[in-house]
Amino acid sequence: MSADQQTEASIRCLVAKVGLDGHDRGAHVISRAFRDAGFEVIYSGLHRAPEEVVQAAVQEDVDVLGISILSGAHNTLVPRILEGLEDYDALDDTLVLVGGIVPDDDKDELRELGVAEIFGPGASMDEMIDYVREHAPERDR
Amino acid sequence: MSDGGGDTTTDLVEELLAGKHRALARVISKIEDRSPGYREIVSELHRHAGSADVIGVTGSPGAGKSTLVDKVAAAYRDRGETVGVIAIDPSSPFTGGAVLGDRIRMASNAGDMDVFFRSMSARGSLGGLSTATTDAVTALDAFGKDKVIIETVGAGQNEIDIVRTADTVAVLVPPDSGDDVQMLKAGILEIADLFAVNKADLDGADRTVQQLTEMLHYGERQKNGPADRTDRAGEDDATSEEGAGADPTSEEGEEADAWEPPVIETVANSGEGVDAFLTAIDDHLRYLDESGKREARQRSRYAAEIRTLLREDVNEMLERELEASDGIDGYVDEVLRRESDPYAVTEEILAPLRDCLRERREQ
Repeated sequence: MSADQQTEASIRCLVAKVGLDGHDRGAHVISRAFRDAGFEVIYSGLHRAPEEVVQAAVQEDVDVLGISILSGAHNTLVPRILEGLEDYDALDDTLVLVGGIVPDDDKDELRELGVAEIFGPGASMDEMIDYVREHAPERDR
Repeated sequence: MSDGGGDTTTDLVEELLAGKHRALARVISKIEDRSPGYREIVSELHRHAGSADVIGVTGSPGAGKSTLVDKVAAAYRDRGETVGVIAIDPSSPFTGGAVLGDRIRMASNAGDMDVFFRSMSARGSLGGLSTATTDAVTALDAFGKDKVIIETVGAGQNEIDIVRTADTVAVLVPPDSGDDVQMLKAGILEIADLFAVNKADLDGADRTVQQLTEMLHYGERQKNGPADRTDRAGEDDATSEEGAGADPTSEEGEEADAWEPPVIETVANSGEGVDAFLTAIDDHLRYLDESGKREARQRSRYAAEIRTLLREDVNEMLERELEASDGIDGYVDEVLRRESDPYAVTEEILAPLRDCLRERREQ
C-alpha cells in the first residue's frame, strides 16, 4: 500500500448508545476525541435498539464499534448486538469495544462473546485512541 | 481479529448483486478509500446499474435535510420501493477526522435494512468526492435500489458538483434565511429542480416562499426573452424543440419545454408536506423522461465523469513518470539556474507522450 492510499483510508468508528440509557456525555466526549484523532465517527444518537446498532455498523462498514452503556443492561443488550453482527458476517472484522460501568464479573463473559476491550471510569482518551489505532482490523483495503 | 480476507473482486461483486448488505458496505468502503481493485468493481457494477432514480437534497446546515430525507425514505418504503441514502458531511481540514451525524435523524427507518444509509465524509482531494459519490451511487443502483438519495450541504463548488449528478435536485430553504439577496448567492437557484421551504410552521415561511417564487419568475422572464428570439431564428436549440413536442404539459406562451421549479412548504418533523414533496419529485422525473432530458442529463454526466477520470489518471501517470526520473527537483534546479523554463520542462516531459499518441492516431 502506498503512502498515498494510507492517507485516504481512515479509521471508521460507530459510537452507539443502546437501550434505555440517557447518559450521552461520555459518548459525545469520545466521539469528539476520536474525531480529533483523525477518525471518522458516526454517532448513533440515544436509545437505539440493538438491531439499529447492527444496521448502522453493517451499512457504514465501520472498523470499530464502541458501545456506550451505563444502564447495567450490558449482559442483555451487548450479546444481541454481537449476534446481529454475526448474522451479517460482520463480527469477525469489527473491533467491538464497550465503555461504561461494567462489573468485573461481567467483563470476562463479554470478552468471551467477542468484545475486544472494556473501558470503565477513569480510562484516558489517549489510552483508548492508542488501543483503537493498534487493534483496528487490518483489512484488504 | 482476522481480516475480512478472501474478498476478491469478483466475490464481492457477486455477493453485492446477490443482495448481501455486507458486500455492498464493503464495496462502498473500497470506493471511498480508492483501494486497489475498486475500479474493476465499479466497471463490473456499471453494467448492472442505470435503473435507479437519483435524487439530490441540498441546503444549508440545519435546514432539515436529514429529517426530510428520513421521511421521504419512509414514504418510498410505504410505496414498496427500496432506498439508498448517501449522506455527506464535512471533515476537518486539520485532522481529517469527522463526526458524521446525519444518521441520528434516520429514526423512521431504523431497523429496516431495505433503507441502506451510508455516511460519507468529504475527505480527500477536490473532485475526488464527486467521483466517489458517483461510484457509490452506481453501487447502490446495481444493488437494486429503486431510489438513491444524495444528501449534502450545498456549500461551495465541490458539493454543487456532487448534487448535480442527481436526476432531480431539491434545495431546502429554511424560513427567514436572510433577505432576498442571499438567494442570489451560491448558484442555488440555478441547480434546483424544486424548492422546499422546510420548517414551514415557523414565522417567515410565507415570506420566504414569496421571495423564492418572485426570484424564479424573474428568472423565467429572462429566459423567455431569448426563447422568443430563438423561435424567430428557427434553428437554435433544436434538441429542446424536439423535446417540447413530446411534452403534454406545455402551455402556450411559455418556452414549451421549460420546467418550472415548484416551491413546496414542508414540516419535516411532523411529516407535513412530504407527500407534496414526493409528488413534485415524481412530476420532475416524469418530465425528464417525457422531454428526453433524462438522457441528455445522463450524456453530459457521463461525459463529465470520463473527463474527470482522464484528468486524474493522466495526472497520476505523469506523477509516477516524474518520480521515476528523480522527481521534479532536477527540473526545478534547471529552471532556477535559468538553463530551462517551466514551459520547456513541460514540453520535454510531455513530448514522448504526444509523439506516441500522434503515431497511434496516424496508424
